[in-house]
Amino acid sequence: MSLLEIQGVSKRFGGLQALNRVSLHVSEGEILGLIGPNGAGKTTLFNVINGVYRPEEGRVIFRGQDITGRPPYEIARLGIARAHQIVRPLNELTVLENVMVGACFGRENRSLREAREIALAVLEQVGLAGKRDVEAARLNVAEKKRLELARALAARPYLILLDEVLAGLNPTEVATMLEVIRAIRASGITVLMIEHLMHAVMNVSDRIVVLDYGEVIAEGIPQEIAHHPRVIEAYLGDPRLSQSLLEAQGG
Amino acid sequence: MSMWRSISWWFTLIVLLGAGLWPIASGSATGREDMFLILMLVTLASSLNILLGYTGYVNFGHIVFFGLGGYIGFYLMHRQGWSLGPAMIAGGLATAALALVLGTIILRLRGAYFALATIGINEAVRAFVANFEPFGGATGMSLNFAVYQAYGGAAQALWIAYGVLLAVTLLTVGISFAVKHSKFGLGLMAIREDEDAALVLGVRGPRAKTLAYALSALFPGMVGVLFFFKNGNIEPGDAFRLHLSIETLVMVMLGGQGTVWGPILGAALYERLRGYLLTSPLFKSLHLAFAGMLLLLIILFVPAGVIGWLRARFPAIRRVIP
Ligand SMILES: Nc1ncnc2c1ncn2[C@@H]1O[C@H](COP(=O)(O)OP(=O)(O)O)[C@@H](O)[C@H]1O
Ligand SMILES: [Mg+2]
Repeated sequence: MSLLEIQGVSKRFGGLQALNRVSLHVSEGEILGLIGPNGAGKTTLFNVINGVYRPEEGRVIFRGQDITGRPPYEIARLGIARAHQIVRPLNELTVLENVMVGACFGRENRSLREAREIALAVLEQVGLAGKRDVEAARLNVAEKKRLELARALAARPYLILLDEVLAGLNPTEVATMLEVIRAIRASGITVLMIEHLMHAVMNVSDRIVVLDYGEVIAEGIPQEIAHHPRVIEAYLGDPRLSQSLLEAQGG
Repeated sequence: MSMWRSISWWFTLIVLLGAGLWPIASGSATGREDMFLILMLVTLASSLNILLGYTGYVNFGHIVFFGLGGYIGFYLMHRQGWSLGPAMIAGGLATAALALVLGTIILRLRGAYFALATIGINEAVRAFVANFEPFGGATGMSLNFAVYQAYGGAAQALWIAYGVLLAVTLLTVGISFAVKHSKFGLGLMAIREDEDAALVLGVRGPRAKTLAYALSALFPGMVGVLFFFKNGNIEPGDAFRLHLSIETLVMVMLGGQGTVWGPILGAALYERLRGYLLTSPLFKSLHLAFAGMLLLLIILFVPAGVIGWLRARFPAIRRVIP
């Protein structure tokens, strides 16, 4: 069953067509990887899904409900949570309070006391329990990324949007994070993740969608995508990406 | 309520109650006048803090609620024969309702634009009141001395106004404490830190901000009624003093925005300081310039205010001073 259905979505910024009639679906329980060169429109698609931007064309259907153009807080409460590419910690609040915000105002709309329990459990899960009383501003980048993830998880969403949560992590941290992502799916949350680290996304995703210049150019299981001619072509312009694509093909 | 199990709330309550009851216990009229001013400023600063400190929206027009609430209560007592209690509640509710309406409009604005809009509101309401005949237009209204007879004479009425103010102050600080430690307050602080991120996390931004604005407008509306009841007359120039808005802002910043004790300490400190400046001939006409300088220095050097500074040095006091 389709949890999220994106139907012909277009989004323009002035003269720039950031998304051009993008259609895709996310099935319940899967990990769907969204890849594509820098500036392909991946983050913009997330912004359309969770209501930060209203698309000029197309519809976003979540659990059978049209959510196009609804404000972000309503979409959050319907069960879509998000970890931002550029971390957005609530700086002067503690790590625990940050995560409690997710639990309080997310899908389950918990009381402060329940939110605290949920937040403590989630912090344990992402390995931030030791930092719970630290101001979020004082975390390092890797920790802030985990905080983003923890806040989104605390909302107990149906669908979680992960925007490059692996970026800037060292190989050990990447491996740990992949385990966390698998555990998230095992707990019943559907995952839509944007990722640049090709071997990681190939490794963890059930299915992959490729975006280039705001259009879907390929879709399929990881092995198909790694050898898809249009994907290889799109990535040739980006040495870093083509390198990691080659590595992914080799492994 | 878990608040009644909190040490820091009991500490706050006992300090305020002790300070507030002292003039009553000693029967000193000058002590009462000093404390009236301090409690009034504590209420203004604490209520401003709900929007400024918790929600992160700078309001230069907080005093509009004090003035308008004062006018409405005064009108009800003077022209409609209401007694002080109901008039005060009506004044507060009216200003909270006004904020609810204004909030849905101007809280779409962020940052400096919101701050500018609040100045505009103060000036617009002042101009309206100055031309509104039922409120006495530019000359305002004066209470008939006979009104005080219902309270056992003018001297007694002053004590009653003081007692009611003490209750309103405790209520304001209590609400400030409760908000700070509530889910609603957590949403406000999330908005303060990063409004867009808060929305994505599910905080209903527009509704939360509007409620915070209305709550912060309720208490100055009530205090305005008490102040002008005690004053005996009201006129536009007195009711809508923009500089009092700015001074209230200084108090919150001085004590430490976003904390319960910041506005209390800031109001008390600033009132003492201002009292000194106003009696010093050199500073008498410069006290507003002084307020501006002080604000600048605070923002530059101690943005977290006195409470923030203390907490950074002595983390243990967090448990006592909320
Ligand atoms: N708010 C915005 N205003 C103008 N242009 C934007 C905005 N957000 C994104 N863009 C542009 O849209 C394109 C897609 O951006 P983005 O979705 O962030 O790409 P990706 O996440 O795939 O790297 C880029 O060219 C980017 O510069
Ligand atoms: Mg991006």
